[in-house]
Amino acid sequence: MFTYYLRLALKSIKRNPILSALMITAIGLGIGASMTTVTVNYLMSANPIPHKSEQLFYVQLDSWSQFEPAREPNEPPDQITWTEATNLMQAKQAYRQTAMASTGGVVEPQGQDEKPFMASIRLAFSDFFPMFDAPFLFGSGWPDSSDDNREYVVVISKATNERVFGGENSVGRTIRIVGENFRVVGVLNDWLLVPRFYDVTTGAFDETEEVFMPFYMKQELELSNGGNTNCWKTPEGEGFAAFLQSECVNYQMWVELRNANEKAQYMDFLNNYVNEQKALGRFARPLNNRLSNVMEWMENQEVVADDAQIMMWVSFMFLLVCLLNTIGLLLAKFTGKAAEIGLRRAVGASKTDLFIQHIVETACIGIAGGILGLGLAFLGLEGIKSLYGEFVQNLVGLDITMMASAILLALVSSILAGMYPTWRACNIAPASQLKSQ
Amino acid sequence: MSSNQWEIGPIFRALMRNKVGAILIAIQIAVTMTIVVNSIFIILERAQRIERESGIDEANSFYLTTTGFGTSFDPKSTAIDDLALIRATPGVLDAIQINAIPVSGGGWSMSFQTEPGEEKESEGAAIYMVDEHAINALDLEVIAGENFLPNDVRWRQRSVTDWPDNVLITKVLAESLFADIPYQNVVGKTIYIRQTEPMIVKGIVDKIQAPWVGWDDLEHTVLTPELTEFESNRYYIRALPGQRDAIMPIIEEALASSNKQRIIRNMRTVQETRERSYRGDTAMIKILSTTMVILTIVTGLGIVGLASFSVNRRKKQIGTRRALGASQGSIVRYFMIENFLISTVGVVLGAVLTVGLNMLLVNMFSLNALDWYFVPAGMLVLWIVGQIAVFGPAQKAANIPPALATRTV
Repeated sequence: MFTYYLRLALKSIKRNPILSALMITAIGLGIGASMTTVTVNYLMSANPIPHKSEQLFYVQLDSWSQFEPAREPNEPPDQITWTEATNLMQAKQAYRQTAMASTGGVVEPQGQDEKPFMASIRLAFSDFFPMFDAPFLFGSGWPDSSDDNREYVVVISKATNERVFGGENSVGRTIRIVGENFRVVGVLNDWLLVPRFYDVTTGAFDETEEVFMPFYMKQELELSNGGNTNCWKTPEGEGFAAFLQSECVNYQMWVELRNANEKAQYMDFLNNYVNEQKALGRFARPLNNRLSNVMEWMENQEVVADDAQIMMWVSFMFLLVCLLNTIGLLLAKFTGKAAEIGLRRAVGASKTDLFIQHIVETACIGIAGGILGLGLAFLGLEGIKSLYGEFVQNLVGLDITMMASAILLALVSSILAGMYPTWRACNIAPASQLKSQ
Repeated sequence: MSSNQWEIGPIFRALMRNKVGAILIAIQIAVTMTIVVNSIFIILERAQRIERESGIDEANSFYLTTTGFGTSFDPKSTAIDDLALIRATPGVLDAIQINAIPVSGGGWSMSFQTEPGEEKESEGAAIYMVDEHAINALDLEVIAGENFLPNDVRWRQRSVTDWPDNVLITKVLAESLFADIPYQNVVGKTIYIRQTEPMIVKGIVDKIQAPWVGWDDLEHTVLTPELTEFESNRYYIRALPGQRDAIMPIIEEALASSNKQRIIRNMRTVQETRERSYRGDTAMIKILSTTMVILTIVTGLGIVGLASFSVNRRKKQIGTRRALGASQGSIVRYFMIENFLISTVGVVLGAVLTVGLNMLLVNMFSLNALDWYFVPAGMLVLWIVGQIAVFGPAQKAANIPPALATRTV
């Protein structure tokens, strides 16, 4: 029976090619637009580290001026000072912890062919790699002892390894960065975090860094400040040391806490720490420390752009118009078939038969619209890419889930759209259409 | 003509007998209007943002960064040599070393106040560290006071935290800091950076934007007379008209070969930088425009589809009316008025939804509130779209021969 209905459906679609094409196009456009914007939003707000995003916490301490909060209404600054970064690291009160900073430096390959190039550098502690599940191609992160001993060790990205060592296993070899020799201890595999959640204060959709080195190199080599530096108070005195001692925030701090108990304990530790600092004349504001897990922190930093959300809601309204359009057209079409339906009813087809027949027809239109919509979503994402440039390269791309959802959305929405017209069609009295024909 | 001849009563009653189609069209019109009006509003706002002028000669300028490395690299002599080399290159109008580029998104800001001390009113402003060539290189005009002299310019090492004694500020900043006096009189006044450190306003420049296009105080800018002795520094080069693209590779090559202990990177035109900074706005404009057009077409086609269908269904009735003496014009009028009635319901509902969506956008995304005249303009547009869409099917109806009434369909 189903194939018979399918044949009838295709026949009916062919009989009214323009009307059918209009419906398929309308559904296709609606689905295409919504899938494009949903994909962008979905990827922007994706959980970059799903299996432990609840155990990783971003640390904020309110070290700001007594006269005003870092951000209205009463937000603590989004980064911490050097003093806090080093004190919290020395206290080692979390299961794992890393303070971080970004900088840049010139890498000088040894060979004659490769020119020196500028590399982005992340300064971090040894816990960085296990905390964020950094994948290694060769070697591993450096041991804890390298942090405190200020050893000249680095982990480099796969691309840097290609560029400097031609892709060979470079563990143990020497690389010259910012004019100093470092020993390579690990080479990362491809590692793309979307968003790059561990430091969203600068660019949430930037690529992961090319070089990772121990945090204290900042002080050791007087490395420049990457990212944002914010000060509510001018550094006292001149020179690099004065900047490190100042109230300027330029560092990020993450801790790994395995359960609510550990989290509560760490919060207590932070509060105690701040109270101690208050006694030293710092932290003029009331206690306002924060521990935000990955998704909370991305929410706080509004990683999903307003424009992307506005576009998503507009595209849903667009889909609504397309569906209303389809309902209207289906209604027109099925009413036009009144004579045929009356005849079929008169020769014995039940209401259920007719209902199924028309739902099959609607579904065919829906699937065709869905496939068209999928194609349009591909085009839409290409369009987004060309409009926004490299910033979104990592953000656009359809995966299987999204493709399946597109077809499903098309199917469900077209069937919903077909419900009322179908119901109307089935309620045509068998005899009414037979008179006078 | 009396309302009787417009047949509004009969049209309305006929509509009520077949409500669903009409309601669907009305809702489509309403939602379409909501999207179109809000989109146009957003588009106009973005377009205004993009059109703001940076105050510099964007068309002929470009910049690059050089980063030195190696133990024998000397930032100071390199900067002196580089500037001499660039300024002597044919095709270059002028060049400066600068710490940040207008509209680029990255830079340095400080707050300034007119009285020294903590907790005094202050204004944030972007800082460009430049020498006396800046007025010429950036295409600025000193509208009061005077430009820096060569001996005002000092060298700044990386660890230095204090500031020079003289500054140039923009007219807008002068007016923000000293609201009660004309900007010309701000020349010679003392302003305070870092709460207590005095600086004398040596001159007022007409206009130069800060690096951050999303910043409210975009024209709050200060020029300080200093050259930087950093490993990394930027050169901003203004070419003679039309020469920019030709001299970019020449300068890159000349700098690269003059000193092997540095790399040259991020060479970019100011135009490209502007495009990058406003890329989100440009994209939003294009996307919303496309959506608007497609949506209007979809709605228009929906009206065509439903009207054609209703014409087909009423063929016999129309034939009969024609046979009874109705003119072609009155048949066309019938369908146009029918659509007008449906559209009216649509645009009235649309007006409510438009304002509703705008309020939502204002609340959730802190957009601005719609100007009132967008709503009647949107209503008018959708009325017209409806009338255009229905005109084709109405013509078709009018062409139905009166003889049809005598046939069975």
